[in-house]
Amino acid sequence: MTIVARTSDGRLAENILHFARVLRAAGLPVGPAKVIAALDAVQAVGVEHREDFRTALESVFIERHEQAALFDQAFELYWRNPRLLERMMQMLLPKVYARTPRPEAEAPLPARLAEALLPLPKEQSAAQEQEATLEAAFTFSPREVLQTRDFETMTAAELSEVKSMIARLRLPLPEHRVRRTVAARRGTSIDLRASLRAMTSAGGEMGPLQWRARRKRRPPLVVLCDISGSMDRYSRMLMFFLHAITNDRDRVHTLLFGTRLTNITRHLRRRDVDVALARVAAAVSDWAGGTRIGACLTEFNRRWSRRLLGQGAVVLLISDGLDSDAGEGLSREMERLAKSCRRLIWLNPLLRYDKFEARPAGIRAMLPYVDDFLPVHNLESLKQLASAFQERHTLHGAARRDALAA
Amino acid sequence: MSQPALPASVDAVVELLERNDYFADRRLATSVFLALKMRRPLFLEGEAGVGKTELAKVVARALGRELVRLQCYEGLDTASAVYEWNYPRQMIEIRLAEAQGKVDRNVLATDIFAERFLIRRPILQALDPSAGAAPVLLIDELDRTDEPFEAYLLEVLAEYQVTIPELGAIKASSPPIVVITSNRTREIHDAIKRRCLYHWVDYPSAQRELAIVARKVPGAAPKLSREIVAFTQRLRAMDLFKAPGIAETLDWAEALVALDRLALDPETVSSTLGALLKYQDDIGAVTPDVAAQLIAEARLEGAELGS
Repeated sequence: MTIVARTSDGRLAENILHFARVLRAAGLPVGPAKVIAALDAVQAVGVEHREDFRTALESVFIERHEQAALFDQAFELYWRNPRLLERMMQMLLPKVYARTPRPEAEAPLPARLAEALLPLPKEQSAAQEQEATLEAAFTFSPREVLQTRDFETMTAAELSEVKSMIARLRLPLPEHRVRRTVAARRGTSIDLRASLRAMTSAGGEMGPLQWRARRKRRPPLVVLCDISGSMDRYSRMLMFFLHAITNDRDRVHTLLFGTRLTNITRHLRRRDVDVALARVAAAVSDWAGGTRIGACLTEFNRRWSRRLLGQGAVVLLISDGLDSDAGEGLSREMERLAKSCRRLIWLNPLLRYDKFEARPAGIRAMLPYVDDFLPVHNLESLKQLASAFQERHTLHGAARRDALAA
Repeated sequence: MSQPALPASVDAVVELLERNDYFADRRLATSVFLALKMRRPLFLEGEAGVGKTELAKVVARALGRELVRLQCYEGLDTASAVYEWNYPRQMIEIRLAEAQGKVDRNVLATDIFAERFLIRRPILQALDPSAGAAPVLLIDELDRTDEPFEAYLLEVLAEYQVTIPELGAIKASSPPIVVITSNRTREIHDAIKRRCLYHWVDYPSAQRELAIVARKVPGAAPKLSREIVAFTQRLRAMDLFKAPGIAETLDWAEALVALDRLALDPETVSSTLGALLKYQDDIGAVTPDVAAQLIAEARLEGAELGS
């Protein structure tokens, strides 16, 4: 092993190698290049100060602020109790590290440690669910029905239908001009570089000018989807829809809300729809409970809006607008949301009823701030969403005020 | 310019930064030390106003290197980030060649795409400095630009070279010290982060912030500085839309010094809150009652800080 040979203390290098494996097993993206970098880093700072040693490893191994908590936990456990480490390594790699002595009978591994550091997918997700349930029970009212929903795997017929839907599904949000340019015959600015090159190849003769135009690009899309009890019957279909649009275009972020807000973007990026939805099901704890739209939007505005709504994002809000908090504080948050995005589109399944009236307080609070208001209630309406956008079959201005007045 | 050697230990980095008016905690100093030692870009992420950009400036000053700054924005392209040809001069060159009546296509092409017609933008400047040691390249607010530019940056950071079609690859003889900052208005792609040392710059502790205020706003009375720091620290614990950064603390301290205040009082606080909080909702949340309570707490804590 050349890496081990590079450090004076082979034992330490080996430990760092094991530590990297533990981190990888816990879900951090740690590749061989990073292990080598970590060895370099540790060699550079030395091992005299524990804090320096820790920072050296941390700056190499983590890439996002969110990963810091996991790293801290792993570091504490790993470098404090080497026996625990050996045990873990034996569980992870029973064959490779046969050299390590067999452990004596010890207390069983703490559940939290196992959950954070052992990469057993089933146990891990089970533990996560348990933890989330516990947490929720402490913080919220009994109104919140905590259910962890298992998405059934699709039947073959359903699968093919959904696949064909996905194939056809395009959200035709209008593209907007960005500040980047492309060569174009009828551009708006002169492409001096291309013009000059044309000139030189024409032997210095002044030829026609070359032009550039501003490129068009689809705006980033942020989807806020309601998964409360009243939306329950649509949720499965909506998940397919969300998976489809996440994989159809770049710059899509998806958050689910019921009584709390969960960002599921990374889970939905999985190509396989079953895998993606299983991960979502494990990550979300408030399926089919109450709705606290105001509180969830507050959290979104505080924690996420600055990170996700840059570069002219369009927000797709999928909700029936039935709010357990009766629209408390909702209009202020809606106003902020509407002001921080390019366009706010509300997809509401209740809109299929002809005599839809904006009576519930939540709906009345939200309606004044949306740019478009569209129905979404079954597979069919999702398919028609595209044409709906094009035909501008939307409740605009006057119609919206009528709905409010009713 | 004299050319100090790279610091040999983390302690040396702490000391070096402090001599240049930057109070880094040990973790940040370790990251800086590693970035210098391992010649990797340093990726600094954190809220606005916690001293990310300042760190790059201080490192450049402390090491006697030139600072090359690339401010990112939407639509940033190679013409403004890397290099551009000097078209007017090229045109003149062509006309001159014509006037002398010696127009040979091939010669002309190599003539006008020569290095003397190249305008160097920040990245090229950093890779190919005219004189002296490798500079500090600050790529500021990378989150403001778009993914295509990030992708371009990958080549630069991996090889420390840029390719100009007409001239070929230009490679840095010694790689610049690269500092990248992001305010996290969007996620930077993992591929960039993988090549860097990541550091999350947090708000400073009360002690460190006090040291910063004392150094940067020397006109503030010690008691006032302590209260300012304690007040701001309390404010950060509140549920605000945008908590004040160090930059805001310093602004506020300067504002209070300009008003000749020696201690905090509710009236002054409410009339100068705009230096500290930048959202109307946040200012509204600090009602006179809340402000009075915060001041009372800040006084107690300020006294403790001083002891």
